[in-house]
Amino acid sequence: MTSSALAPAAPVQSRLHLPLARIAPVTIIVIALMALWYVAAVLMNLNLVRQAFERDEIHYTTGQLIAGTLEAERPILPAPHQILATFADDVFDWPVTSPRSLVFHSWVTLSATFLGFVLGATFGIVLAVLIVHARTLQKSLLPWIICSQMVPILAIAPIVIVVLGSIGLRGLLPKALISAYLCFFPVTIGVVKGLNSPDPIQRDLMRTWSASPAQIFWKLRWPSAVPFLFTSLKVSITISLIGAIVAELPTGAQAGIGARLLAGSYYGQTIQIWAALFAASLLAVGLIGIVDVVEHWVARLMGGHK
Amino acid sequence: MRFGWRRAAYLAVALGVLAGAAMPLSHAPAPGLFARPGVLAATLATAALYGAAAAVAGWLSVAATFAGVLLGCAATLVLLHDPTIAGTAASGFWLLVVANWGAAWLGVAGLAAIRTHERAISSAIDLAIPLLFGAFVFYLWEVAVRGFGVPTVLVPAPSLIAVRFFGSLWMLWQDFFQTFVLGVLIGYAIGCSAGFLVAVVAHRYTFLGRGLLPIGNFVSALPIVGIAPIMVMWFGFDWPSKAAVVVVITFFPMLVNTLAGLDAAGHIERDLMRSYGAGHRQTLQKLHLPAAMPFIFNALKINSTLAFIGAIVAEFFGTPTLGIGFRISIEAGRMALDMVWAEIALAAIVGMAFYGLVALAERATTFWHPSFRT
Repeated sequence: MTSSALAPAAPVQSRLHLPLARIAPVTIIVIALMALWYVAAVLMNLNLVRQAFERDEIHYTTGQLIAGTLEAERPILPAPHQILATFADDVFDWPVTSPRSLVFHSWVTLSATFLGFVLGATFGIVLAVLIVHARTLQKSLLPWIICSQMVPILAIAPIVIVVLGSIGLRGLLPKALISAYLCFFPVTIGVVKGLNSPDPIQRDLMRTWSASPAQIFWKLRWPSAVPFLFTSLKVSITISLIGAIVAELPTGAQAGIGARLLAGSYYGQTIQIWAALFAASLLAVGLIGIVDVVEHWVARLMGGHK
Repeated sequence: MRFGWRRAAYLAVALGVLAGAAMPLSHAPAPGLFARPGVLAATLATAALYGAAAAVAGWLSVAATFAGVLLGCAATLVLLHDPTIAGTAASGFWLLVVANWGAAWLGVAGLAAIRTHERAISSAIDLAIPLLFGAFVFYLWEVAVRGFGVPTVLVPAPSLIAVRFFGSLWMLWQDFFQTFVLGVLIGYAIGCSAGFLVAVVAHRYTFLGRGLLPIGNFVSALPIVGIAPIMVMWFGFDWPSKAAVVVVITFFPMLVNTLAGLDAAGHIERDLMRSYGAGHRQTLQKLHLPAAMPFIFNALKINSTLAFIGAIVAEFFGTPTLGIGFRISIEAGRMALDMVWAEIALAAIVGMAFYGLVALAERATTFWHPSFRT
C-alpha cells in the first residue's frame, strides 16, 4: 500500500510463452504444498476420528483411520478435495436464488464490492486531481489521507453501519461505503504520483506551446497517470472485496461471503468456511483479471506499447 | 496597492462576521449578541483582525488571520454553552462559523504560499498546515454536532469523546494490552520474522524462490482476513488466535518483499563480491541484506496496518471480554457511541504510533537510500 508498491509493473514480455523454467518451480511447490496439506489434515484430524471410532466401539485399521481423517464431517482441517466438493455442491447444486447457494452470497458481496470500488476510485481520482492542482490542499490534506490509512479503518465499520442504519440507509450502501473508504487511498496516492510523473521538460514544452492548464491536464498529465491508475486499481479492487466481506461481519448480515464465514464459525461448519474462503479467493482473482483486461484494452486504445 | 482576490476574500469574511453578529443566533428565543458583551467584543475583534489581515501581507497577515480564527472559534464555542442556542442555532451563528472557516482556509493558503530558504521554518510550516487543518476539522465537527443538536447515538461531539476517553483510561489500557501487545505485536514479530527467514532460504535455493514468489504474490492478493474464524476455532477465544491471524496476514507481504529486495542488488556489485572471493554468507550479509532493507521496511510498514486490522477482525469472531474489536462491537450494540469513538481514537493513535515507529526505524537504518536524500 505504500508508494513503491504502486509503481506500474514492468511490462510482461509475453503471456503465452511462459518458459518451463518459470512454470516448473511453481507447479512443484504447489504440489508439495498440497501434499503437506493432506499430511496436516491427517495429523490434525487424527484424534477426532480415533475418538469417534472408539465411541462407536468400531474396530479400525490404520488405513480406515487415515481414510476417516480425510472424510470427517466437521474436521479441524478439511482436506482440499472436501473443500472442492462442498464448493461445487454450494455452487452448482442449488438454484442461484437460494440462500444455500454460494453464487447468491458471492453476488451479494460482489455488488457491494463493485459499488464501493466505483465510489472509492472516483473519489480517489477527484481527490488526486484536486491535490495536484491546489498547493493548499496538497499540504493540508495529503498528510491526513496518509494518516487515515494507518488507522485500522475496519474498526469503524460497525459504526458506519449503525449510523447509516439509524438514518434509514441499509443493505448495500453502508457496505459499499466501507469498501470505498478502504480503496480510495491507493488510487489517490497512485494518481497523484502519476499526474506528477511527466518530466519538467515536457511541462515546459507544453508551456512553450502556450497550452492551457486544461490542455496540459488532458494531453500530458492524465495520459501519463493512466498506468499508475491501473496499478492502483488492482490493489484497491482486492481491498474493496476485503472491505465488503469484513463489513458483513459485525452487522450479522444475512447474506454475503462474510455472513457465510460468520455462520460457519457459529455452527462449527469448517468445510463451509473453507469453501467460502475459496470462493472469495476466486472472486479476488477474477476481479484483478477484469482490471487487467481493461488495462490492456485502454493501453491499446491509447496506442501504448503493452 | 493592488486589490487582489486575497484582499477581497479577507474583506468578505470580515463582513461575514459582522453580518453574522447582526443576524439572529437561534431559532429559539435567545438573547442576541448585543446582550453578551464578552462574546460581542471577541466577535468584533475577530472582524477587525480579518480586516487587518487584508491590509497587510506575508507573516503578519497569517498571524492576524489565525489570531482572528482563534477568537472567532472561541466565541462560537462559548455561544454553544447557552442551552437556548445549542441545537437550535440559526443563520447568524452559522454565518459566524462559515466566516471563520473561510478565514482559516485563507490563513492556511497564506501559510502554504510562504516561501523560505530556511529549512527549519519550511519544515515547521509543513507540519503546522496539516495540524491546523486537522484542528479546524475537529472544531467544525464539534460545532456542527452541537449546533444542529445531532443526537449522541448518531455522532457524539469530539469533546464528549475526549471526556469519555480520559474517563476510561484503565479500560482502554486493558483493551490496548489485549489487542495490541498480545495479539498484534506477538503475531507481527512471528509473522515478519518467519516471512523473512523463508525468503532468505528461498534466496539461497533459486528453485524455491522462483516457485514461492508467484505463489506469494497470488496469496497476498487474497482476502486472507477470512481465515479469522478458522484460527478462532483452532486456537480458542484468547489472544493466540488473534496472533495466529496476524502471523498469516503478515507472512506473505514480508516474504514477497524480502524476496524482491534480495534480488535488488545489481550485477556489478555481485561480480565485485565474487571477485573478492566472498562466500554466500558474506555476500548475503554485506550486499544482499543491506540492499533489501528498503523492501523489508516497506513490508514492515504494510504489515503494521494489516496486522492491526487482522487482530480487530479476528475479535469479531469471539474474544474473552476484552479487546478493542470486542469493545467496539459490544458498545456499538448498546448505542454507547462515545465509548466506541474513544476506542477508535485509541486505535487511531496506536496505529499511527506503530507506523511512525517503523518509519523512524527505517530512517535510522536506511538513511543512505536515495528516497531520503532529497
